[in-house]
Amino acid sequence: MNEPVVVRQCVDGPMLVRGADVVLDDQGNEHRVTRPVVAVCTCGKSQRKPWCDATHKVIPR
Amino acid sequence: MQVPHARGPLSAWVRDVLVGVDPGHAPDVPEDALTGNEDAQLALWMTYELHYRGFDDVSPDAEWDLGILALRRQLERRFEEQLRAVTASAEVPLDTDVGEVLLDLAQSADGPSIALRLQRDATVDQMRDYLSQRSIVQLKESDPHSFVLGRLDGAAKVALAELQYDEYGGGRPGRLHAALYAQALRAAGLDPQYGAYIEQASAVTLASVNVMSMFAFNRRLRGASMGHLAIFEATSSLPCRRISRGLERLGFPEDVRAYFDEHVEADAVHEHVVAHDICGCMVAAEPDLRDDVLFGALVCLHMDDLVACDFLQRWDSDLQVAS
Repeated sequence: MNEPVVVRQCVDGPMLVRGADVVLDDQGNEHRVTRPVVAVCTCGKSQRKPWCDATHKVIPR
Repeated sequence: MQVPHARGPLSAWVRDVLVGVDPGHAPDVPEDALTGNEDAQLALWMTYELHYRGFDDVSPDAEWDLGILALRRQLERRFEEQLRAVTASAEVPLDTDVGEVLLDLAQSADGPSIALRLQRDATVDQMRDYLSQRSIVQLKESDPHSFVLGRLDGAAKVALAELQYDEYGGGRPGRLHAALYAQALRAAGLDPQYGAYIEQASAVTLASVNVMSMFAFNRRLRGASMGHLAIFEATSSLPCRRISRGLERLGFPEDVRAYFDEHVEADAVHEHVVAHDICGCMVAAEPDLRDDVLFGALVCLHMDDLVACDFLQRWDSDLQVAS
């Protein structure tokens, strides 16, 4: 697998990450990637960090 | 699964064909709204089910029985006509990016929330009613969309395959979403078998799954199928969290919540994949599909409202009977 890891910032949403094996959270803890694509929280309010749980949708912009 | 009992002339006719009784002439399809017509929806559901798992003691040839297909064609025409009429006046956000339009539409959904009710004050029996009705959809979760895969090409196909791989467990049979739902039913003390609750399925429950099959089995409606999927995924993550909390409040075991917890995380990813990578790429490749993508999206919002009202009406009338 020489495919690059691709990260895409969604409009008012998470970052979609394709091709990563491990994501480190803000404490430096390792989270294994078990899906083909993962959504990483960028609003900081997720209760399942580092993963997005759609909480950003209920935060007033 | 056994062939379900008839609920009127249309489902009786399909049942007769399936069990090998001379059915006579097929009855006329009614003119009025099919969404709330349990006889019509059950008949349609039976014709579709022949393409999924079939029925015990029914010949696999029934899948392509010309009489059944002719009746289905009439039911589908009427059903689609009605869905187009009911969504025709809906306001669609103005944006050139179809993916953003879909996500905005999902965000603007303001119908009654079944998830909020389940989170805050549904009873154990109401939660069990919810779990058993939704089993009609969730025990074949993602199966309708697999029929669409072969009709797409390029980037949209790759994105749908990626989505389906995740829905189908990402290479781990224990993570198959339909299997997680079966595990949830079992842990809740309900029957996890495919089709176990078909006799209890309401007209609206059947309509909500028939819409997915109709869009998936007609190549012409592939845009609608993917537009529907976009809203389905984009209105799932937050409600699943609410339902999980409701299950916790009512003391349901961890295995019941696992299905909903998985969907909080999975669907937060999937909504972007469907809106942009599937629908966006599909419309970029075939611009004429844009209207149907939006039609499918509006139908999903419409059906979600009907499903919520269906549960709330049933539960609130139970309350009135009880008091």
